[in-house]
Amino acid sequence: METLLNLVIFFPLVGVLLLLLTKEDEWIKRVSLSTAVVTFLLSLPLLFQFDISASHSVQFLTEGTRISENTDIKYLMGLDGLSLLLFMLTTFMGPLVIISSWNSVKKGLKGYHAMLLILQTASLGVFASLDLFVFYIFFELSLIPMYFLIGIWGGEGRIYATLKFFIYTLAGSLIMLVALIYLGFDAGSAMQGAQFTTDWRFISGTIYQPGLVVQTWMFLAFALAFSIKVPLFPFHTWLPFAHTEAPTAGSVVLAAIMLKLGTYGLIRVNMSVFPNAFIELAPYFAVLAVVGIIYGALVAMVQKDIKKLVAYSSVSHLGFVVLGIFAFNDIAIQGAIIQMINHGLSTGALFLIVGMIYDRRHTRLIADFGGIAKSVPILAVFFLITTMASIGLPGLNGFVGEFFILIGAFNSNLYDQTIYAVLAATGVILAAVYMLWMYQRVMFGPLTQKENREMKDLEKREVGILLPLVFFMIWIGVRPADFTKFSEGWVKHHIEQTTLKGELIISSRNTDTEPDWTLKLYDLSADEYSTKYKVRKGSTKLKTGEVHAATEPTNY
Amino acid sequence: MESSTALVSLIVGLPLFGFLIHGISGLLSKEYRNKHAFIGGLSTLLVFVPFLVLLYLFFQFSAESAPLYVTLFQWMNVGSLQVDAAYRIDQLSLTMSLVVTGVGSLIHLYSMGYMSHDKGYWKFFAYLNLFIFAMLNLVLSNNLLLMFLGWEGVGVCSYLLIGFWYTDMKKSDAAKKAFIYNRVGDFAFLVAMFMIFGTVGSLNFDVILGNIDLFAESDIFWIALLMLIGASGKSAQIPLFLWLPDAMAGPTPVSALIHAATMVTSGIYLFARMSPMIVFSPEAMMIVAVIGALTAIVAATIAITQTDIKGVLAYSTVSQLGFMFLALGSGAFTAAIFHVVTHAFFKACLFLGSGSVIHAMEHVKHKLHESGKNVEFDHQDIRYMGGLKNIMPSTYKTFLISTIAIAGIPPLAGFFSKDEILMHAVNMGASEFAGPLYYLLWFVASATAFLTAFYMFRLTFTTFFSRFRLPHLLDGIPEAESYLHESPKTMTFPLWVLAALALVGGFVGLPNFFAKTFGSYAEIHLLEHWLHPVVSDIPLDLSVGFEWFLMIVAILIAISGVYLAREMYADGQMEFSDEELEQNMAAIYPVWKEKYRLDEFYNSVVIQPVVKFSEKVLAVFDLKILDGFVNLTGGTVRFFGSLIRYTQSGITGQYALFLILGVVFILALLLF
Repeated sequence: METLLNLVIFFPLVGVLLLLLTKEDEWIKRVSLSTAVVTFLLSLPLLFQFDISASHSVQFLTEGTRISENTDIKYLMGLDGLSLLLFMLTTFMGPLVIISSWNSVKKGLKGYHAMLLILQTASLGVFASLDLFVFYIFFELSLIPMYFLIGIWGGEGRIYATLKFFIYTLAGSLIMLVALIYLGFDAGSAMQGAQFTTDWRFISGTIYQPGLVVQTWMFLAFALAFSIKVPLFPFHTWLPFAHTEAPTAGSVVLAAIMLKLGTYGLIRVNMSVFPNAFIELAPYFAVLAVVGIIYGALVAMVQKDIKKLVAYSSVSHLGFVVLGIFAFNDIAIQGAIIQMINHGLSTGALFLIVGMIYDRRHTRLIADFGGIAKSVPILAVFFLITTMASIGLPGLNGFVGEFFILIGAFNSNLYDQTIYAVLAATGVILAAVYMLWMYQRVMFGPLTQKENREMKDLEKREVGILLPLVFFMIWIGVRPADFTKFSEGWVKHHIEQTTLKGELIISSRNTDTEPDWTLKLYDLSADEYSTKYKVRKGSTKLKTGEVHAATEPTNY
Repeated sequence: MESSTALVSLIVGLPLFGFLIHGISGLLSKEYRNKHAFIGGLSTLLVFVPFLVLLYLFFQFSAESAPLYVTLFQWMNVGSLQVDAAYRIDQLSLTMSLVVTGVGSLIHLYSMGYMSHDKGYWKFFAYLNLFIFAMLNLVLSNNLLLMFLGWEGVGVCSYLLIGFWYTDMKKSDAAKKAFIYNRVGDFAFLVAMFMIFGTVGSLNFDVILGNIDLFAESDIFWIALLMLIGASGKSAQIPLFLWLPDAMAGPTPVSALIHAATMVTSGIYLFARMSPMIVFSPEAMMIVAVIGALTAIVAATIAITQTDIKGVLAYSTVSQLGFMFLALGSGAFTAAIFHVVTHAFFKACLFLGSGSVIHAMEHVKHKLHESGKNVEFDHQDIRYMGGLKNIMPSTYKTFLISTIAIAGIPPLAGFFSKDEILMHAVNMGASEFAGPLYYLLWFVASATAFLTAFYMFRLTFTTFFSRFRLPHLLDGIPEAESYLHESPKTMTFPLWVLAALALVGGFVGLPNFFAKTFGSYAEIHLLEHWLHPVVSDIPLDLSVGFEWFLMIVAILIAISGVYLAREMYADGQMEFSDEELEQNMAAIYPVWKEKYRLDEFYNSVVIQPVVKFSEKVLAVFDLKILDGFVNLTGGTVRFFGSLIRYTQSGITGQYALFLILGVVFILALLLF
């Protein structure tokens, strides 16, 4: 199984090698598609063999040797409850993305597909790597193909957009690199038999207890890099440009996979490694998340370009994910994880649909449309379902994630105020406003323009792309437990471990040597960690048995 | 009890099946779309069979029966949040679901005739079936979250059906408006669920209502208030009722089913379901009652001025829903549900009747156009109608019966339910909290009852009495009257069934004081007896004599409303009388006619400012300030970079010079 995991990660690179030998355009596409399909098929056994009861521990582990005896950097790959679904999402989206650009991309076909496949390997690598150094390498590697995808196959403003995207995220990553190197030495000093380590299993464990001062700085450095990637308000300004200029496939991968690298990193690193900073700074991130939810929605509402609208809606949706992560209870974090998948599916689908519309009309301006539900009824149906999923209609996937996040955030112990969840919940109103308004202006009304009247409805190929996405939107909406079960054990275990770690760090602190600001920031006693954060606020009554069970058995 | 699982699966599953089969087959096959008889027939059957199953369960049940629980599968399971796709059959949910499927199947049947010429026939029935599915989830759910699924689900169906003729931008505007207003309410519903979950860690009704003691009083107040906001979206109350009149853009059967008989009563159902908890917050109850009474009178005053046949009915619906909220706020949950039921009968009948009239008027227009006469008139405007009594006898008779019922004339259905609400409002006058206010509310409600009788008979007289006015108002179409016809049997049959129910439906809720007058304590209010295990009514505590007095007052009020309407409208003198009314009430009539300018108010105070702010401030801020800052940072770095760049010239001589200067500098440091 370990071999299979590695095979899945690097199989796209095999495809790239094959591409180099291929000449004809038709064959380039076929090779690329079959590579992605094989990658997906190969990844399926991982899903089925995954031991859900042990989801908190790493499975399919590959452990390489250290690069030197004292430097614990090694090839360390595996999947656990946090990464599994994201890993699967990545392999699942691969073929869809390639089919979506079947006819629309014509120039530099070989390079284009090579970039998509390299991107695939990079993203899979990020989710699977458990050595933070390796994680970093894949994280950076993912930038390069996307840089070219936007810069070469993008729209008119592609150069500006791709430079901005690249430099902005790189700037964040470099700060992260500095913190990572420091972390490596700091953790190495706590490890026997090494001076430097980036093994996540050790760093996130309770033996390594970063001091409060360095912990705060490292937390902030990592958080900055990930926040830019998410992107969290106010670091989101690269996103609308990148999304608008990217080719459809680029936008889809960007939205569905790459943004998740940021939220994933927040859980994988910020939560697990820096518990005290995570707990104390959570309310600030909640504020940014809530501002992002509302701000993103309002700005989305007034966009004239459909693609930009969807881009800003991503800012809003990912605000929910961040809110859920920092709420730090099992409902909210599981909501955040499933919402990452949901956003990948529904926003991915939205970008695909926008791409399909663009392929037909070569415009994305809302004003150029109107009434096209008449000429493209099948597309209208897919668009409607996706819109409904995106605005969180119960029974579809978006609702599940949002609901978990909101109900978790409302009852979060890290957020002293319920106002965060309440304000965030206004996002459900705003989402309906901007999505339905856009849908109406594009789809409804009289069909006036000649070009719109002659629009062709979806071909089989396009239906084939959207159908699996819609299938999962419904599946997750109706039976979310089939998906959340993968992360359940992980979330529970790591919340406990993080709390314990925070408690240990606090109880072993030396307040005499600490600067004032950490004394002020970390003012909780060790006891408070265990009492305040282990138990969800509302469930105190549940624990004491005060709640009476239902008067009647719930099932006959 | 495997059989109960099967039965419940059948009840909710069949309508869903109808949606899927029509939706998917219709999308895939053009031939399928034309099989009207099959599509309509199957759809109707898929609602009628659940009705029969529910009827079977109803006869298995008595007022003493314990609820029947059916869990189909686990829906959600994260941490301590566990929600099942679970249903409960009890007295309340049976009552509601019987109305939904009963009235629902009649309206399906009616639609087979009404929509027969529409190209989107298949789509229409797919949506209608989906609606029934969602509505059944709403009323049968055993927990708040599945109820919320139904709650939003009916909202989507309403959206799809209001905007059914989507090529008309106005209609799709109305659909969007309905959805967004509802979403505002849904937001509050969500927050209420968060609060409840935070306290009892469950969304199951039995757990919530079995643990009311765990809620702080202020929590109950907030939960009730949030639910009121939620309900005021779905059930069209102040401040969120504005979407309902616009929703009349949808096909008329939709108005009858969704926007009169079923969906809009969801808010009342929610409160009845939660009544054991709500009664613990008299403050919240008072607010509910005030909102209800206020909505009732505001909508009634607007209804007086409307000339669109569906418009009058729409405002009348809002007003009647207001009555139901007054009942909720007066602790008369049974009365509220009673009015839901009777209202479903007579209002569905009225809407379908209006549909029958509109159908006929459209036909006239169509025929005129066919004969080359290019006349334009609004076929829903009652000013062009009149005299339809003899041409459309079934429509007329059923419409009249329902009008009498809604006007509150005994012994028709509306009389008993409305009277019970009024009694309970008075009853609350004696309560500790805000007692006197309830007397005022009784007065407002009585005034509304007068207006109801008045505007409903204004509508009926103008539509059916005197002569057909269209040929007299427009030139050159003397033959217009000959094109009028009665609707087909598929349409008149449901009318008669509903009218019959409007005629006798009230007898399930005869006031108990009738029996008391004769010295008996028999419970002749069957519905109250039936619902008492589920809802927590505040009992009536009035003397028999006082109750008789109140009832007689109510009857007099209704009769005077009818009498006034007869004087003013029975001879087709509508425009004249309206003008007279306008002159006599010059101070206030324009306010009514312009619907209190609430739409304009919201538009200028909420919608426009938010859109403008987002467009002119936020979007600009995003592009110029936030992104500007990013670019500035980049620019600054580049600037310093460009300064240092000059040192990297690649000229060896220059480097040698720097080298020497450096050496000199270091030497200097060392020496001095």
